[in-house]
Amino acid sequence: MNNYMADISWQLADAPDASVSVNVSGDTTGMSHLVVPGEIDTSHGLILYVENISVSFDGFRALNDLSLSIHTDELRCIIGPNGAGKTTMMDVITGKTRPDAGRAFLGQTLDLTRLDEPAIAQAGVGRKFQKPTVFEHHSVWENLELACSGDKRWFRSLWAMLTPDIRHRIEEVLALTHLEHQAHVRAGQLSHGQKQRLEIGMLLMQQPQLLLLDEPAAGMTDEETAQLAELLNRLRGHCSMMVVEHDMAFVAALAGETGIVTVMAEGRVLAEGTLDVVQRDERVIESYLGR
Amino acid sequence: MQTPNFLPEGITPPIPLDVPERARLLPKHVAPLLLAFVIAVAILVPVCALVLPATHPLHLSAYAMTLVGKIMCYAIAALALDLVWGYCGILSLGHGLFFALGGYAMGMYLMRGIGRDGVYHSDLPDFMVFLDWKSLPWYWTGTEHFAWAMFLVVALPGVVAWIFGYLAFRSRVKGVYLSIITQALTFAAMLLFYRNETGFGGNNGFTDFKRILGYSITSASTRTVLFLVTFAVLVGAFLLCRALVVSKFGRVVTAIRDGESRAMFLGYRPLSYKLFVWTLSAMLCGVAGALYVPQVGIINPSEMAPVNSIEMAIWVAIGGRGSLVGAIAGAFLVNGAKSFFTAHFAEYWLFFLGAMFVLVPLLLPQGVMGLVAQLSRKRARHAPAAAEGDAPHPATGDRA
Repeated sequence: MNNYMADISWQLADAPDASVSVNVSGDTTGMSHLVVPGEIDTSHGLILYVENISVSFDGFRALNDLSLSIHTDELRCIIGPNGAGKTTMMDVITGKTRPDAGRAFLGQTLDLTRLDEPAIAQAGVGRKFQKPTVFEHHSVWENLELACSGDKRWFRSLWAMLTPDIRHRIEEVLALTHLEHQAHVRAGQLSHGQKQRLEIGMLLMQQPQLLLLDEPAAGMTDEETAQLAELLNRLRGHCSMMVVEHDMAFVAALAGETGIVTVMAEGRVLAEGTLDVVQRDERVIESYLGR
Repeated sequence: MQTPNFLPEGITPPIPLDVPERARLLPKHVAPLLLAFVIAVAILVPVCALVLPATHPLHLSAYAMTLVGKIMCYAIAALALDLVWGYCGILSLGHGLFFALGGYAMGMYLMRGIGRDGVYHSDLPDFMVFLDWKSLPWYWTGTEHFAWAMFLVVALPGVVAWIFGYLAFRSRVKGVYLSIITQALTFAAMLLFYRNETGFGGNNGFTDFKRILGYSITSASTRTVLFLVTFAVLVGAFLLCRALVVSKFGRVVTAIRDGESRAMFLGYRPLSYKLFVWTLSAMLCGVAGALYVPQVGIINPSEMAPVNSIEMAIWVAIGGRGSLVGAIAGAFLVNGAKSFFTAHFAEYWLFFLGAMFVLVPLLLPQGVMGLVAQLSRKRARHAPAAAEGDAPHPATGDRA
């Protein structure tokens, strides 16, 4: 365990500088925001902005006035006890659940509470589920092909071909996720860790601006967890990430000494700060770490 | 947007992905076989039916030709059902409705073709004279034209399926609930068509057809042409379905079947994909019904009975869901067995059908095609040296 932690911190120091961000909305500057449909305007440096979101299920308040923002190219870890509302928050961001109150914006212009799941996915939000969800009857490369960004309308897929560009990206992601020798294996025959990697590979094919990962290390061996942390660290600077996790060692490997960690409890943000700071926070110790 | 280069130095360079730009429509060794089979049928059937005398042992009787022609129509319907059930996971227990709608559209044309040769020597079909109607209802307009009737054959089931599908899939109705609704749909339509006032001949439906496109419907040459047309449509429908399922569209549809929410979070809209497959399937079923009616010589509301639609699902289940060849094989196996049993042990047919419905899912969950695949895998394992070199390509070999 300690060994890989050392490895990871070395990786962290080596990670690309997060400040080198790309303004994806193109040439708009200053006060005048040109709203480009389907493009994320990150000119204010924020990729996700969640404001006063509340969600109730049969009287149970899963989210209670939750506010949160994530910067472009940030890797944000979110921790919290069971039932803190972490998965519900992801459901709201990805359009699966409509909030009772509050707003969620992707960049400056895209109101996530008005879009449905496919629209949000096409806008650039990728989601990794807690349980690895890949298409078990499709081969590994077909899974990657399906995930590939592009026109997803039905009549386009009738004539779709595997262009050299897509083929190249699939090869690249296969190498990155160490699945190059399993390209033709049915996804259902992969091990748990391989499935987790495949799912992350699928998210990479999607080329998201924001990647939501729900307990990606759940059920993984220590070695697989280490590989995953290495993979996520390598993605730093390519997209913004939000990682919900229970495994504190994994969180430490991702957040390092400077990364911001958000602690959620009872449907709202309890504390925010570096891992060191939140771990010493009285309220956090009481609600989560103290148990 | 530029592709970000994730690959850091020191990582193994990518291994080239050996898949074709577009999957082959048919495996290399199958295409010539299919072509040879098509040519053989196109030559042998007319020869055996028309040239050889009735006493010749190889003579194809009208009975045999009608039976096989009928089963080919069922096979087209089975293909259509397999497309939505096997590949898209939508179990329809109402495809009999689309089959019957296509049949009724063809039936309207055939009724108009009777002209004044009916019992009452009227321009109106006999059942309308019997009801004392003075003119054709508006929806019979233009049905004397073959082209318009053929348009109705695909348009009627297509429109009904699209409206139903849009409402059902938009509300995310799936699984057994959808199956029950489709069953109710065909039952409701059956009750509607049983009424004389609906204008489709009530419980007698349409029968007593005289001619199609000017040719006598009972003549041996017309029957041969109908048989060959049905055969051509069956092969065409198979190739169309095959092209769909090996395309990226087919992979998306099976992805929606296996993980609808995953597909949605990848940016696919299940509604539009399902709606296309569903509507296409209904149209194909309508074509099958339209070919069925002139060969069998009758269409009535009992074609919409729920049990007919359930039987279609049995053909697909027995042949092998998710395999196009399986759907065709299932239609031939079950209906072949049915005509054998009803001819020789009529009273046991329903018991046999019930037993098949219980035993096949228990013993052959993947149907007959699943058994074939299992046997060929076993044989490959026993001959490891041969299997290593020419194992079927995983990307193109299976899921036929």
